[in-house]
Amino acid sequence: MERDPLVCVMGEDVGHYGGSYKVTKGLATKYGDLRVLDTPIAENSFTGMGIGAAMTGLRPIVEGMNMGFLLLAYNQISNNCGMLHYTSGGQFKIPIVIRGPGGVGRQLGAEHSQRLESYFQSIPGIQMVACSTPYNAKGLMKAAIRSDNPVILFEHVLLYNLKERIPDEEYVLSLEEAEMVRPGEHVTILTYSRMRYHVMQAAKTLVNKGYDPEVIDIRSLKPFDLYTIGNSVKKTHRVLIVEECMRTGGIGASLTAAINENFHDYLDAPIVCLSSQDVPTPYAGTLEEWTVVQPGQIVTAVEQLCK
Amino acid sequence: MSAASLSSAINAIRSASFAHDRSALASNAGHPSSSSVFLGSTAGLRFNPISSSAGRPRSSAAAVAAVAASNVVKEKQPKSSVSGSNLLITKEEGLELYEDMVLGRAFEDMCAQMYYRGKMFGFVHLYNGQEAVSTGFIKLLKQEDSVVSTYRDHVHALSKGVPARQVMSELFGKETGCCRGQGGSMHMFSKEHNLIGGFAFIGEGIPIATGAAFTSKYKREVLKEEGCDHVTVAFFGDGTCNNGQFSECLNMAQLWKLPIIFVVENNLWAIGMSHLRATSDPQIWKKGPAFGMPGVHVDGMDVLKVREVAKEAVGRARRGEGPTLVECETYRFRGHSLADPDELREPAEKAKYAARDPIAALKKYMIESKLASEAELKAIDKKIDEVVEDAVEFADASPQPPRSQLLENVFADPKGFGIGPDGRYRCEDPNFTAGTAKV
Repeated sequence: MERDPLVCVMGEDVGHYGGSYKVTKGLATKYGDLRVLDTPIAENSFTGMGIGAAMTGLRPIVEGMNMGFLLLAYNQISNNCGMLHYTSGGQFKIPIVIRGPGGVGRQLGAEHSQRLESYFQSIPGIQMVACSTPYNAKGLMKAAIRSDNPVILFEHVLLYNLKERIPDEEYVLSLEEAEMVRPGEHVTILTYSRMRYHVMQAAKTLVNKGYDPEVIDIRSLKPFDLYTIGNSVKKTHRVLIVEECMRTGGIGASLTAAINENFHDYLDAPIVCLSSQDVPTPYAGTLEEWTVVQPGQIVTAVEQLCK
Repeated sequence: MSAASLSSAINAIRSASFAHDRSALASNAGHPSSSSVFLGSTAGLRFNPISSSAGRPRSSAAAVAAVAASNVVKEKQPKSSVSGSNLLITKEEGLELYEDMVLGRAFEDMCAQMYYRGKMFGFVHLYNGQEAVSTGFIKLLKQEDSVVSTYRDHVHALSKGVPARQVMSELFGKETGCCRGQGGSMHMFSKEHNLIGGFAFIGEGIPIATGAAFTSKYKREVLKEEGCDHVTVAFFGDGTCNNGQFSECLNMAQLWKLPIIFVVENNLWAIGMSHLRATSDPQIWKKGPAFGMPGVHVDGMDVLKVREVAKEAVGRARRGEGPTLVECETYRFRGHSLADPDELREPAEKAKYAARDPIAALKKYMIESKLASEAELKAIDKKIDEVVEDAVEFADASPQPPRSQLLENVFADPKGFGIGPDGRYRCEDPNFTAGTAKV
C-alpha cells in the first residue's frame, strides 16, 4: 500500500476493527478510511464494486470476512471478475485480489468451515493460490497485488498464529510455482494450506519407519505447476494428494486428472487422494476431527502406496 | 440544489398531487401519472397541470405533459426568437439530440433486419422507443465519464460515442467489433469511450458502476487529482429494482456520496412480467429517499425533460453531493428481445406509447420552435441511413476471428495459464498462439 497508492482494501470490518483476524490491523489509521474501506454487509455488491474499481484503474483487495461469505459474491466473481477481461476483448483488466480465511477451524460449524477453492476453480480467467506459511503468505500476497490478473488468495483460519523468521528485504513469490517442502525419493505427496502441517507431521513418522517422502506444497491451485509436480512424479512414480477440500469435485480431483493425463506413463500405482469427507463440517469436536485428513491416515496411505 | 431541498421539493409535489390510484393499477391501465419534477434552477419551467391529475391513466396525463412542453416554450417565446435563450435547447444541441436518437432507432431497426437475415445471433435486445433516456443522459457526459448498461446496450454504446461500425461488427461476431467479437450483443465495452458494459444478468452491472464511481472519488480524495469530477451513469430496468444488488448499491453510493446516477428505464415489462405484478410499490423513485438520496420521476419519452433532470443529477454528482435515483417512464416498442413473441402486452398500451414516440416529439418541438426546418431534419435522417448502411457493409466485409484469438484475452497476464510439464510457461508454447495449446 505504501509503494502504490492505487492499492486499497475493502471488506467488512477491515478498517477500524482491523479485520476479523487482524490481517489489516493498523492500516486504516495509516492510510485513511477510504483506502481501507469498511463496507456494509453486502458481499455481492462490494465485491462487484471492487471489480468496477479495478476496471477503472485501482488495485483493490477485497476481503471476505470468512471465505464462505464469498458464496454470496459468486455472481460477481464468476461473471465479472473472471470473464470481463475476455468479454471486453482485452480492454479492461481486473487486477483485484480476493482473499479471506477459510478451511476447517475449531468447531466453527458447517458454514464457517467451508473450502471454496473447489467451487471457484472452474471459473475461467482467475488464478487461485493458497498460502501456508508466513513466508509464502507475504510473498504470494505481494505477487497477487502486483499481478494484473484477478487472484483469489486462500488463507486458513488456523494458520494465522504461525510465527516465522522472514527476510527483511523485499521478496515476491511466483503465483504459478509450487514449493518443494521436503525432497525425497519414495513417494510424492502433494498438499496445500493447513494439510501441509499434517503431512509434515506424518512425514516425521514415515521417516522413522524408513520412508523418504517428497513433500510439495502446490500453492498454486489454479493453474497447477505441472513442471515441479511432473518432475517429482517422474522421480518417485507414486503420488499421494492430501487436501482439506471435499472429495467430490475438489482440487484433488482436478489434480488427479491432470497428473493422469500428463504423466500416466510414469506412475507405478494409481494416484491416491485423501480429502475431507463429503460432509457439512459438524460442530462436535470428534466428528470434526474425522471430517478432515489426519496424520495417521497419511502414514497408512503412504505405506499402502509403497507396498 | 441540496439533497434537502430536492427532497422537500419532491415531498411538496407528492403531498399536493401524487395520488396513485390503486384501481388504475389493478386494471393494468398503466403506470399512474406522477409529478415530473424539474429541479433546482429550472423549477420555473415546471409543467402545469401534470401534478394535479390524480389517478388519471398514464397516457392522458402524458399527453398533457407533452403538450405542456410546447406550451411553456410558447409562453416564454421572446419577441425575437433568434436568441433561443428561453428555449430548453439551442439549435446545435437540438440537432445533436435528434441525430443521436435517429441513429439509435435506425441502428436497432437494422439489427432486426440483420438478425432475421442470419447475420446476428443469440439474444438481441432492441431499444426502440427508449431513445430519449439514452440521448437525454449520455449527451451531457464527457468522454471521461462512465456509462454502465445492461443487455439492452447497443444505443448506450452509440450515444457514448462508440462508432456504429464497431458495434455492428461486434454484433456480427467479427474481429473488428468493439470487443473483438468476444462479447456480442449483451456485452458492449469500450475503454476509449468509458463504456463499462454490457451485462447479461440484471443487476450485476450496478456494483460495477458503483466501483467506477468509487474510483472517481478515490482519485479526487486519495490520489489528490483535484479536478477529477468524473461521474458514472448506471442504466437498468424496472425488473432490476427488485434485485438485491440495486438496494445494496443505493445504500453504498449514498453512504459514501459516490458520483453516480442510477437511471431506471422503467418500460413496465421484464420480458413477460408486468412491473405491477412484480413490485409491491411500483413507484421506483421512492426507493431513492428510502436510502437518503433524491428520487425523481421523469417522462422518459421526452428527451428534453430527461435532459433537464439529467443536468441536475449530473451536476449534483460532479459537485460531490452524491447519487440520484432517476426513474424514467419509458416503453420499448418491440419485444424484450428478437426472440420474444410479445404476446402479453395490450395493443392499446402499445398504441398509447407509439403516439409518444420521442423522436417524433422532438421533431415536432424543433420545427414548431423554429429551431430547424423539416429539410434539415430529413437530411439528418438520410445521413444516419448512410452511417448505418456503412456499418453493415463494414461488418459484413470484416473477417471472423481466427483460432489464434481464442485464448488471447483470458488473462491480462498470460502467465496465468501456468507452467507446463516442460518447465516453460504455457503461453510461451508456440501452439499457444495458434489456439491449439493444451491449457
